[in-house]
Formats: sequence, structure tokens, C-alpha cells
Amino acid sequence: MTPATAAPATLQIRDVVKDFGGGSVAVNHVSLDIHKGEIFALLGSSGCGKTTLLRMLAGFEIPTQGSILLDGQDLAGLPPYLRPINMMFQSYALFPHLTVWDNIAFGLKRDGMPKERIAERVEAMLKLVQLPKYAKRKPHQLSGGQQQRVALARSLAKRPQLMLLDEPLGALDKKLREETQIELVNIIHEVGVTCVMVTHDQEEAMTMATRIAVMSEGKILQVGAPAEIYETPATRFVADFIGNVNMMEGTVAVDEPDMVEIDCGYCRHRVGHGITGTVGMEVSVALRPEKIRLSRTKPEGQVNQVQGTVRDRSYFGSFTVYNLELAGGRRLKVSESNVERHREDAPAEGQVAWATWPDTAQVVLTQ
Amino acid sequence: MSRPLVASFFDRMHAHPFFRKHSRKAVIFVPYVWLLVFFLLPFFIILKISVSEMEVATFLPLLKYRDGIVSLALNVSHYLFIFEDELYSATYLASLKYAAVTTFWCLFIGYPFAYFMARAKATIQPALLMLVMLPFWTSFLLRVYAWKGLLMESGWVSELLIAVHADDLLLHLGLITAPGKFMYTPFSLVLGMVYTYLPFMVLPLYATLSKMDLRLLEAAADLGATPWVGFWKITVPLSKAGIIAGSMLVFIPCIGEYVIPELLGGPSTMMIGRVLWDEFFSNNDWPMASSVAVVVILLIIVPLALFNKYQAEATEARA
Ligand SMILES: Nc1ncnc2c1ncn2[C@@H]1O[C@H](COP(=O)(O)OP(=O)(O)OP(=O)(O)O)[C@@H](O)[C@H]1O
Ligand SMILES: [Mg+2]
Repeated sequence: MTPATAAPATLQIRDVVKDFGGGSVAVNHVSLDIHKGEIFALLGSSGCGKTTLLRMLAGFEIPTQGSILLDGQDLAGLPPYLRPINMMFQSYALFPHLTVWDNIAFGLKRDGMPKERIAERVEAMLKLVQLPKYAKRKPHQLSGGQQQRVALARSLAKRPQLMLLDEPLGALDKKLREETQIELVNIIHEVGVTCVMVTHDQEEAMTMATRIAVMSEGKILQVGAPAEIYETPATRFVADFIGNVNMMEGTVAVDEPDMVEIDCGYCRHRVGHGITGTVGMEVSVALRPEKIRLSRTKPEGQVNQVQGTVRDRSYFGSFTVYNLELAGGRRLKVSESNVERHREDAPAEGQVAWATWPDTAQVVLTQ
Repeated sequence: MSRPLVASFFDRMHAHPFFRKHSRKAVIFVPYVWLLVFFLLPFFIILKISVSEMEVATFLPLLKYRDGIVSLALNVSHYLFIFEDELYSATYLASLKYAAVTTFWCLFIGYPFAYFMARAKATIQPALLMLVMLPFWTSFLLRVYAWKGLLMESGWVSELLIAVHADDLLLHLGLITAPGKFMYTPFSLVLGMVYTYLPFMVLPLYATLSKMDLRLLEAAADLGATPWVGFWKITVPLSKAGIIAGSMLVFIPCIGEYVIPELLGGPSTMMIGRVLWDEFFSNNDWPMASSVAVVVILLIIVPLALFNKYQAEATEARA
């Protein structure tokens, strides 16, 4: 999915390591190429080194090893105030003693821009984030969402070559967050700035980013478009981290170029694509709950099906989640969308049901 | 359920309907009573004395009743005298000047001091704070006397100053009167006051600076501010409350300072505290002394009111 352009990436991160000492390597041999106009999300659980990586881009931390290039220029040795990079801080870090107007103008004044140009630019920014009426207010007189937009305007005002967003919506409540995600993406596209954002919310990464890098313990596990990460996770960790998934352990029973069969004991998978592996190899099969169908009668054939007892059923409006107990106490999560209003044959709690899935549903994971 | 007696007393007090209704007022009430008894009341006594007629060792009453006529006699001659006699206005101005100079130097020395203290490793901050407060463990009088010894001829501070030729500079600036003589000059006076009041500047500055969110400086750097610009545009404005508090804590007591001018100052550094003492205890002219005191209080209340206003604004801005 990487844009197949010959032009070198805007931001090149080359084998960057950050070691804080004391045995904790916060960022461990990370290499990334980020292209012009992209919204690139760093996604990972708490403490995996996202903020540290971002801070190295901004210049607040010095990499222990490796280099960072922006438009071909090595940023090593360049202090934060000389980098054409602006950051929107997790806590917004708005200057409490300055008005909204002065907050946005702060960076422009540092560049020695003429007064009229500054005024022009600040007005444009205020309009962009829909806050022209609030120019005279101090940050503490704004709501959380308004503060967030001021922070955005402040970091966009200098037209940076690269914008960094650290948990841009972290301080907002869920509803406002969802509204703001779209708005934020629209503004970023309007300005056309390249963005690297950090989040630990996978839905946020999915909605906002053009590409996602999944991080764990300082390492990049997978880079790809949201759909790619979701549908074809490369490792057990990524499959587990993004969305809900059923993991089944098994061994390869049949290995052909365009088909493999995996025996999990209580169920046999037929997967419609080849893998790099050999018969007898231990693998995991990842199966998303929404790709499974339930029926009260046994489906045809012998593969891609399993019998279980419905242990609980949760109705979520647009879909229903079933928790099936399989042989040996294993659990299988099934999510059925409620296309029909009252499905006659929907299995009830305590009833036996069959789960089936197509041979395109699974992902076979070897690591 | 064996709550301590005191705690259960407060529990009951808080539960009492009267307290629940008036708790806020009750809490504010205590300091007001304190101020009333120990500040306002004495102030009115002084005010009364300042407008009284004195006869040998007694004050004549202000209100007199004779032949069905009530007469009020306010003697304002002392106030008039204060404003007519140049000695007083000169001394008032000198007090203001020395207080201002002391405040300036305390700020100049105290700000970097507090800044590096607030930015030091968290583990050594308590030790640094301890060092600032250490002088309070010795009597103030002793410490000022010690300066006398240090600044005397052949005192080692004075020897040191002479060795680096600082006395030439001070003489040139008119802060001392003769080369090598530091005592009883404006220099020794200001030195003593800066030394004494420095902790009162450092502590409030430290309090505001250590509370500051350092991410704001990162944000400033990110937006293109060099560390120097970040300091002036972010750190200094955000420590305004501390600067004001520290300056007031130094300036106000300096105006009325008596002991330091008495011990380290000379004839050329007459301050109002000294005048006050002389009027009370040398001349025994209590109405005159009281008038001087009232004018001092009014001179101090104005900056104090300003200070309160700023303080209120600053806390409001932080909310
Ligand atoms: N200044 C520092 N000194 C020592 N260790 C640090 C420092 N900053 C971060 N770390 C460590 O580096 C690791 C990564 O931290 P980082 O802040 O990058 O995590 P994160 O992915 O942003 O997490 P979160 O989602 O919670 O913000 C953590 O284990 C953290 O303890
Ligand atoms: Mg973080």
C-alpha cells in the first residue's frame, strides 16, 4: 500500500534507537518512511515508546543511535527551535498567560514575520478552526474541545513541513472525540501538511490515518494501511491488538500452493491461500468474530466449522455478540450483524449452535 | 469506633446546622478577628494619639464637654509638621529608595537562585531549600552584628573587597565615603538588608517556579523560541505572582526597618524607622511619633493594596 512513487519519503527514520539507560530501551531499531501529505499513526499500548519516538522527531530527545532525515536533511544536532517541525502536545501546553490570538501568533513572531502578515495568518488560522470569536480569551476560559483547536491552530500556523500530534484527542470525551476526528482530518488535508500522530486508540488510528505503524516494546511490528493491518495482521500481537479476534492454535496438516489445512484438534481449518511453511509446523489461526456465521443445524462439509453452546449473548443494536463454549472449555466470539429485525433461528443462551466461516476469513500466523 | 475526641468534636461541629449554614463565613471570620484585634485596634489607638494634645505625661481627651457644649479637638499640627519639615520627607524618600534598591538586588540575586533551585534534581531540592532557610536558625541580630565584624577595617570581607579593588568602584559610585571604609555607608546598609531579606524573595519565587509546567517551555522551543526567548516570554511572565509576592515581602518590611540601619547604616542613611524610634524614645513626643507611624502605614498600605489586586488577578488566571 505504500505510495509507489520514486521520490524519497519526506521523513526518513533510519534505525533509530533510544536507550534511557537502566535496561529500558524505549525505541528499538525503528526505521520508517513517511511520505508527503500522509497522516501516519503510531499505534501501541501504553509505554511502548510512541511519545519518545515523537519527541526525537521534535528534537526534545536525542537518539542514542540512528538518524532522522527531513526532506533529505539530517536533523541531528538541530535544536527544536530550528526544526521546521511543530508539535501538538498531548496536554495542549497552551501558554496560560497569553490570549488565544497571542498563542497562535507566538511561533510567527519568533520567525520575525511582519505584523500585518502575522495578523493575516492568525485570522486565517482562527477561521480554519472556527474560533474567530474567541481570539481575546485566555486558554482557561475555553472548553476542552476549543483548547484542542487552539493547540491545533498554533502548531499549524507556521506551516511546518511536518506536524506531530501526541494523542491529539486524548483529553476529550468519547462523543466529542469522534466528531473531532473527522474535523481534524479535514483540517489537516486542507492545509496539506504531513502528519505523524500518536495514539493508543485503535479506532482513532483507523479513522484518521492513511497508514498505521503498530508498536510494541519499542519495536515496529507492522506498517500498513488501516484495512491491511486489520485484515492481514502479520503477527499474533498485531491481530490481538487490533480489534477482536479468536486465536486458535494448530498444526499444518495439508500444504499446497493455494490452499492449506490446519488441524486444531477440535476443528479443522481450510484456508484459501498459501503460506510459507511446512506440514507439521505449529501456527495460529486468527479469525475475526464478524466473519463467523451461526446456525442451528450442522453445515455441509467437515472443515471451517465448529459446534458449541451459547454461553451468553449481548445485544448491541446493530449487531449481537455471542460467546460460544467449545469442546474443552475453549471460547469463540461471534458477532452477527442484525440485518433482520427478529431472526427466527437466532440461537438462544444454552442452545447448541454451529459456527462456520468461509475459507477467506482466516489469517494464518507463524510468529 | 474510637474516634479521637477532637475529631469527633469537629464532626459534631460540622454537623451542626448553624455551622453548615455559615461554615464559610466562620472560617473567614477567624483571620478577620485577628486583624481587628492585633492590627486595626492598635492602629486606631496610634491614630488617636497622633491627633492628641499632650500635657507633660498625659494625653488630653479628644472629646470635651463643658457648659452643654461638646467639642472635639483634633491636633493635626504634627501632620502639618511632617509635611513642612524637609527632614521627614527626605527620610521617607530615603526609606523608599533603600527599600526599592534592596528589593531590586534581592530580585536580581534571588531570581537565578530560585530558578536553579526549582530546576535542580528533585532529590537535592529539599537540601537547597534547607540552605535558604538555614540563616533563620541563628538570631537575626547576631547575623547583622556578624556583618559589622566582616565589614570593619581588617574584617575579611572588607580585606577581600579591597584586594579586588571593589572599594574604588563603590567610592566612584558614591556608595562609600572613603576608600577601604565600608561600615556606616549606604553600601553596608543595602548589603545588610539584601542579606537579611533574600530568603523572603527566594521562597515565593521558588514556589511559583517549581510549580511551572515545563512542557510550556518545550512548546515554546517547538514554536521557534530559543531558550533565552522562552525564558523571557514564558518563564518570567508565569512567575509574575512570585515576583510580586517576593518583592512585597522584601519592600514593605524594608521601609520600616530599624535594626539594620541602626547597626550598619550611618548618618547619611537615615531611615524612617530610626526617626520613629527617636521621636518615641529620645524626644518622648508620642503624638509626633504616632503621626510618623500613621504616614508610614499609609505609605505601605497603598503598595499592599496593589499587591492584593495583582495576587487576586494571578490566581484567577490560573483557575
Ligand atoms: N525521560 C525518561 N527517562 C527514562 N525512561 C523514560 C523516559 N521517558 C520515557 N521513558 C520510558 O520509555 C518507555 C516509553 O515511554 P513513552 O513515553 O514513549 O511511552 P508511550 O508509548 O508514549 O506511552 P503512553 O501511551 O502511555 O503515552 C517507557 O517505559 C518509559 O518508562
Ligand atoms: Mg505518550
